[in-house]
Amino acid sequence: MLLIECPWCGPRDEIEFAYGGEAHIARPADPSKLSDAEWAEFLFFRSNPKGAHRERWVHAAGCRRWFNVERDTVSYRISRVYTGACEPVGEGQ
Amino acid sequence: MADAMMTADAGERAGALSRLFQGGEASTTAGPLTLSEMPVPGQINLRGNPSDAAFAEAVAKVLGCRLPVAANTVEKGGDFSLLWLGPDEWLVLTAPGAEAELSAGLVEALAGQHFAITDVTGNRALFRLSGTPAREVLAKGCSLDLHPSRFATGQCAQTLLARSGIILSQVDDAPSYDILPRRSFAEYTWRWLEDAMAEYR
Ligand SMILES: [Zn+2]
Repeated sequence: MLLIECPWCGPRDEIEFAYGGEAHIARPADPSKLSDAEWAEFLFFRSNPKGAHRERWVHAAGCRRWFNVERDTVSYRISRVYTGACEPVGEGQ
Repeated sequence: MADAMMTADAGERAGALSRLFQGGEASTTAGPLTLSEMPVPGQINLRGNPSDAAFAEAVAKVLGCRLPVAANTVEKGGDFSLLWLGPDEWLVLTAPGAEAELSAGLVEALAGQHFAITDVTGNRALFRLSGTPAREVLAKGCSLDLHPSRFATGQCAQTLLARSGIILSQVDDAPSYDILPRRSFAEYTWRWLEDAMAEYR
């Protein structure tokens, strides 16, 4: 069970949260210009790294706000929690 | 606020446990523990930007208390409690029946500003659990750290109790806790609490 630090409410048990997948997936500016393959790439394909992964969580049973978590997919250790107001930093962007 | 709630008779809503306690007072004890349903308070959801001085001042003027900006804290005015729900969201608890007048007062004081006021009085029931082992009873179904060094009188939280969403707030050092389940979960939450209290009988 993870202890997740909500940026607003503080540390809460994982059961209070819901997972929202990989963070910083930018929606294409003009979807109608994309091929089906490019659209599928945006919709379905994720980086699935072994190691540091930046992902979206929502504090569903608390303040109901979305934020970002950087979590190691091997150890599950959370190294960083940051809100959407922060610039994405780190590898891969 | 509790005193005002106990004496108010106009505009009082039926309790959420009328099926379990037909015509009677919804209250139960187990040794040092007491669990009671309190008269359903008026409930107003308030949203706005607390760093906007005009917003904070207008709210403070109407409610007679400061807007709680620290996470998980409660401020008390004359007849009102103001619970922090998020960085731009609060719950105002009023004496039963006082919510319409208060909403109107807030809308008037905030005219022209960016805010939202929603009367959510039908949303939640209010239970009070009191007695020395109250903390242990809640800990059976709540993952929040309720140790006095982390959660004390004057603090509140939106969290889960037995997998159902509640607002929890500690009202005194007995300790006593106010538990606000969704009205449709009131019976479930009550029965779960009764069961959790049984070992102290
Ligand atoms: Zn939160």
